[in-house]
Amino acid sequence: MVSGASSSTSGQQLFDCRDAYMSALEEMAAADPRVCAVANDSVSSAKLKNFKAKFPDRFVNVGIAEQNMVGVGAGLANGGMVPYVCGASCFLTARAMEQIKVDLAYTKANVKLCAMSPGMAYGQLGPTHHSIEDLAWMRVLPNLAVIVPADSVETAAVMRYSLIHAGPMFLRIARVPVPRVHGDDYEFRLGKAVRLREGSDVTLIACGLMVSRALDAAKALEIRGISARVLNMSTVKPLDREAIVDAASTTRGIVTAEEALAAGGLGGAVAEVLGLEHPAPMRILGVPDVFAPTGTAEFLLEHFGLTAAGIERAALELLKREA
Amino acid sequence: MEMPSAGPERAAWLKRNANWIRLSAMTMNHHAQLGHTGGDLSSADILALLFLGGILKVDPTQPRWPQRDRFILSKGHGAAAYYSALAARGFFAIEQLKTYMDPLSMLNGHPDRNKLAGVEANTGPLGHGLPIAVGAALAARMRKESWRVFVLTGDGELQEGSNWEAAMTAQHYGLDHLTVIVDRNRIQQGDFTENTIRMEPLAERFRAFGFAVEEIDGHATAALWDRLSHLPLEKGKPSCIIANTVKGKGVSFAENQPAWHHGVPTKEQLATAAKELDVEVAW
Repeated sequence: MVSGASSSTSGQQLFDCRDAYMSALEEMAAADPRVCAVANDSVSSAKLKNFKAKFPDRFVNVGIAEQNMVGVGAGLANGGMVPYVCGASCFLTARAMEQIKVDLAYTKANVKLCAMSPGMAYGQLGPTHHSIEDLAWMRVLPNLAVIVPADSVETAAVMRYSLIHAGPMFLRIARVPVPRVHGDDYEFRLGKAVRLREGSDVTLIACGLMVSRALDAAKALEIRGISARVLNMSTVKPLDREAIVDAASTTRGIVTAEEALAAGGLGGAVAEVLGLEHPAPMRILGVPDVFAPTGTAEFLLEHFGLTAAGIERAALELLKREA
Repeated sequence: MEMPSAGPERAAWLKRNANWIRLSAMTMNHHAQLGHTGGDLSSADILALLFLGGILKVDPTQPRWPQRDRFILSKGHGAAAYYSALAARGFFAIEQLKTYMDPLSMLNGHPDRNKLAGVEANTGPLGHGLPIAVGAALAARMRKESWRVFVLTGDGELQEGSNWEAAMTAQHYGLDHLTVIVDRNRIQQGDFTENTIRMEPLAERFRAFGFAVEEIDGHATAALWDRLSHLPLEKGKPSCIIANTVKGKGVSFAENQPAWHHGVPTKEQLATAAKELDVEVAW
């Protein structure tokens, strides 16, 4: 078994996307002297221990100081480095929002934000440590690419891509282990939805850990005779409007699913496209307008229906079929 | 005209240039009917020294020359004086100053590095400059380059906690190629700093954060030139120059008046200022 891999109850092999991010970052740093990392104390949860040992001169720990961390990233970029600014998404986005807006997005600084442990990965630690607002906050900033990789393969591909992309990026790196949905030959293309499954009745659009769940939902729907298309919309911004309009015109409706607030994130982005360009029936799966109760990440995903069964139910409801 | 090499002539030359920056900034603020006159006037001597006094190693013909010294105007609301200094240094035509805050102008109310040559950082919200400066100083070290980083902050601006986060990083990494200059004019938007939130003992605070600190009259051109020509203040430590300045310096009706933080001069006031500063701005 690959390091960092585990198994789900259904026997699927699961992978920690952070391992893929870490390996890619170390490979990139070995090949390109511009690559450096900035951390805010949490060197272990950001998986930067090896990086620090291998590249001590290109590792900066600013301590528990996220506003400073993002500004330091902007300064490193000004000096020609390509900084990977890594911290828990909840603090990185909320605490340093103005620095992300001004120092990175407005400035077009070549800084890569690695938002660790997003969504409800910190489960029982509670809403202070959940980062379910980040997609809505990041998505509205001009110039900032927002990427939510679906699995470890895509995480590594996005990391490699980020080094050739000139400009700020927000990379949401999952902590909750996920199965692989992409083959080893997968190549990431910014702003392009990946059609993981063909379908003609309904389209399931997901990002991050919800992608594998959407694929499971599609299999369950197939048993009921429903043909579901599955799109991995890992690039939340810039959005693949064409794929969305195509889904709206060639299938009977769209279900979106994300490990984030149902307002303002991927579902919101898709709804904007549909509303303006091709109105179609739609369901948005995410966290409703509440702070989550106490529970593990898996419990909370179940609690909010962010599961294959939840997606299946939403698709049936959309198609007005009995569950 | 080239800067004279002899001390007294050099100081007089720099003072004239600083006064030109002052009147230029006031003229721009009058043109835009908006701006931050008080802080433009307090920072003019410092900007003149940095850009025209040969302190900053920059090249207007290659604004993004990789080895350049970095200057970051953290008090981004001092844009009119900053733009005037950049234009005087040759980064763009002085004519362009006339477009300050016009629709679609490259001269935004606060600096934008993607629009204007010579600008290093997009500033405006306070407390952003020092973290960026720390990053640029760390980049020099990572790349084994010898460029230096200067950041000009306001004094009220230091109420933003991000400055002190960055100060801790500067100390920890011993960034002695980083110099913070504080435009200590003692007035912020609403009132005197000491009536708002006490900033003193500011020098001791910077010292406690690991900086080598020197307080100096921010309008004493000769002494300031000498000080900025011999940095760092102490090897192994970031430098902090607390430049004691007068908000509205050089223009009698604006000096030390909180209302002139973002006061805008009338045509008559511009004429008075030109007389007092003994310079001309041709537009």
